[in-house]
Amino acid sequence: MITFRLNGTEQNLDVDPSMPLLWAIRENLGLTGTKFGCGQAQCGACTVHLNGAAIRSCVTPVAAAQGSEVTTIEGLASPEGELHPLQQAWIDEQAPQCGYCQSGQIMSAAALLATNPNPDDAAIDAAMSGNICRCGMYQRIRKSIKRAAGSKAVVGVFEPQAETEELNHV
Amino acid sequence: MSEKAQEDTEASTKQFALGKWTRRGFISAGALAGGGLIVGVALRRGDRRDQVAELVADDSDTLLNMWVKIDEAGKITAIVPHSEMGQGAQTVLTQMLADEMDANWADVCFVEAPAEDEYANGPLGKGYLLAGAEIPAALMATVDGAMHQAAKALVQQITGGSLSIRATGIAGMRVAGAAARDMMVKAAAGTWQVPESELTASKSMVMHQASNRVASYAELASAAAKFEPSNKPTLKKPEQFTLMGTDLPRHDIPSKVTGEAMFGVDAQVPGMHYAAIRQAPVFGAKVKSFDAGDAKAQPGVTHVVDLGDAIAVVATGYWAAERAVQAVDIQWTATENDAVSSESITKQFRTDLAKAHSEGTSSADVDYGDISGAFAAASQVVEATYEVPFLAHACMEPMNATARFANGQCEVWTGTQNPLGARHEVAAALELDLADVALHQHFMGGGFGRRSKHDASIQAARIARDTGVPVKLIWSRAEDTQHDFYRPSVASQFRAALDSDGQLLAWDNIYHEKHEPAEAPLIPYNVAVQHIHYTDSSTHVPFGAWRSVDHSQHGFFTEAFFDEVAEAANKDPYLLRRELLADKPRHRKLLDLAAEKAGWELPVGEGRGRGISLQESFGTLVAQVVEVTVDQGDVSVDRVVLAVDPGFAVSPDGLTAQMESGVIYGLSAAMYGEINIEKGRVSQSAFADYPVVRMHDAPTIETHIVNSGEAWGGAGEPGTPGIAPALANAIYQATGTRVRQLPVSRYDLTYRVSEPEELI
Repeated sequence: MITFRLNGTEQNLDVDPSMPLLWAIRENLGLTGTKFGCGQAQCGACTVHLNGAAIRSCVTPVAAAQGSEVTTIEGLASPEGELHPLQQAWIDEQAPQCGYCQSGQIMSAAALLATNPNPDDAAIDAAMSGNICRCGMYQRIRKSIKRAAGSKAVVGVFEPQAETEELNHV
Repeated sequence: MSEKAQEDTEASTKQFALGKWTRRGFISAGALAGGGLIVGVALRRGDRRDQVAELVADDSDTLLNMWVKIDEAGKITAIVPHSEMGQGAQTVLTQMLADEMDANWADVCFVEAPAEDEYANGPLGKGYLLAGAEIPAALMATVDGAMHQAAKALVQQITGGSLSIRATGIAGMRVAGAAARDMMVKAAAGTWQVPESELTASKSMVMHQASNRVASYAELASAAAKFEPSNKPTLKKPEQFTLMGTDLPRHDIPSKVTGEAMFGVDAQVPGMHYAAIRQAPVFGAKVKSFDAGDAKAQPGVTHVVDLGDAIAVVATGYWAAERAVQAVDIQWTATENDAVSSESITKQFRTDLAKAHSEGTSSADVDYGDISGAFAAASQVVEATYEVPFLAHACMEPMNATARFANGQCEVWTGTQNPLGARHEVAAALELDLADVALHQHFMGGGFGRRSKHDASIQAARIARDTGVPVKLIWSRAEDTQHDFYRPSVASQFRAALDSDGQLLAWDNIYHEKHEPAEAPLIPYNVAVQHIHYTDSSTHVPFGAWRSVDHSQHGFFTEAFFDEVAEAANKDPYLLRRELLADKPRHRKLLDLAAEKAGWELPVGEGRGRGISLQESFGTLVAQVVEVTVDQGDVSVDRVVLAVDPGFAVSPDGLTAQMESGVIYGLSAAMYGEINIEKGRVSQSAFADYPVVRMHDAPTIETHIVNSGEAWGGAGEPGTPGIAPALANAIYQATGTRVRQLPVSRYDLTYRVSEPEELI
């Protein structure tokens, strides 16, 4: 039995511990906002937070989540339903096109802002280059991050856990 | 609103799912001549044209025509026959309808049309089902182009060819909106017994100023439905637009930032299993034999299915299925293409081109002037061969489909650029009546042409039928990369004749692999003698439409070679283009704008380069100036300045987004994109060996829009073709190396070449 908290709720899963966390989230726990893109940590569509750090859930065994806090795109808004400043910025900048990569993009950006509330272009490049957008909306994603970084609400929405080595970062 | 619209879509497709109906009954009702696009069909619940009546959810709804309905509360729903893959088509088409209808935007939403023949938009290309609606001139070229096959088939509901605005929008949504508005005005005129000419409409209200009377569309709807709608209502002039030309937030975006948007891969069907697949690595090979013993022994595996050219493993979870399918020992049949390689294909192209040239067996796109005379008189001849590789689409969402088969009926859940075509193909593959196949459309995680093919839907349907369980089939990234329908590899040979003053006398071009649009290889420049020919040189690699289709290669070929001509003529490449566009003020103005905004005349500095291109595609003109820095062989694309003239930008920010997207898509291909064939099969398998532009190497893109007032063009594709040639031209300035073969990553640009020559 593997136990972890998903978006604040405790989950107990009786699954193969080597199964990637992605499939546990999508199939066993029914949250489909986290996407399958490549299965090899090359595209970032499956990005979630493990104890506050952005990880690629497609190559992270579900066993690695044991006892941890996992946050997905569905858990990013406040419990009252207020969008995270990044989600609002994404709407304001009309950033998504097809939208498939955007859960992963937003989760990578959220992990970035949680530790660096005012990232410069180099920091954005470093944090976001593991997330591919085939619609090519990089310019709008960059603008969205800067827009959200300018919003005071960013600080405090996240309480980053103790520094966790980012797993499987490309 | 978008979630509601999505629910509505799901609800309506469910209602449509498996009912039988007869086309005869539908047509005998008299309103939908020949199958689809007539405006102004007035229907209410209980109408015997039951297939359309299903869209009328309850007694308060009145369906004003095939494109729009309004309920008693004044909610207006546009019925949009195009799919959403991020291009914003559904919002912009609704915007077009709402503007002509004088609808109150806050009360407007949309649903995607069900996959029914009545919503086939293939006929739009031909125009003969439009009941007299005029086809814009810009569309006529496409009748012989992208839509020709679709028009012939009459069963397409395709989103492609950058046609949403310029076909459906202009000939369908605007006409429908205007007709609906007319009916409202007629209803008010009848109720109040006043002349229509004294009435005005605005924000879903009809007003009679003289008597100070006002009625809402909701109040007028049922009376309006009694009027025969006009097929040719008066459309607004641009100065009368209230919504077209403004930026309205896309309806699909909010659900895409919360994870709620439902893509094909997110479909949930009770009791479903998951399937993974391995397809014959060599195109055309079949399963000779297989041993699935090890796979079946793995936990969760329930079925192994032989699809003839692929083996699928079904399990209770996708990961288990994918792991197990890798454990199947499959022997494939030998084919005549088992030894084919990229090298052998390139050699074949060159041989076939030379043969067509020497034997005069090529076909002509353009053949005017005395070509041999011009070359005989030339004081200088420029020659070059350009080549591009095969390209995969590499959508973020790998191909997938979910299917359920029961009682001789099949339901498919997927995201497709052609829901109606998917339905027809699944029906054909399973030998079912169309009425026994339902298609539930989802958002697409990228399309770019790839999702106009229905291979995964057919596979899922067959697996569901053969196993008896609902199945979600998901391709691995490797399957997606190795079983695409590829932008073809193409070679194109050029000769240009110049006189002693550097005047361009003749343009001679021969290439192979002609698809669509037919005009893709043509040049806009005034050259008196032109000879543009093509020949066949087919390969076993499946062809597919790839964003901008033939423009994706010819844009690069013609606009990069043009710079070679300019150099031979000792002229600035921008100024020579300008000179040869003297009779095309629209083109010239756009080129000037791009050059001005980019600061063309400013020095670029050591190790840097600036390149320009001009492309006309899908009815839209795009000029691009690209700036690069080449540092120790590494190319950085710093900035793209783009000027676009679509005739009229219905959604300026949407157009801008499409330009940005088109540029990055084309840039990924130009910089890195290369699908190689070895032993008859694709070598690449993932983003690691098929790289694409990422955040750190994405340039700044500045988009400048010109509304010239010419016929409205498309948006989804025209940004793509011009980036590769502008990039190649910029790299030449920076390094002295002519990039004649894509991708750029093939070249060693470490050292500056003083005498221009190809490095490979």
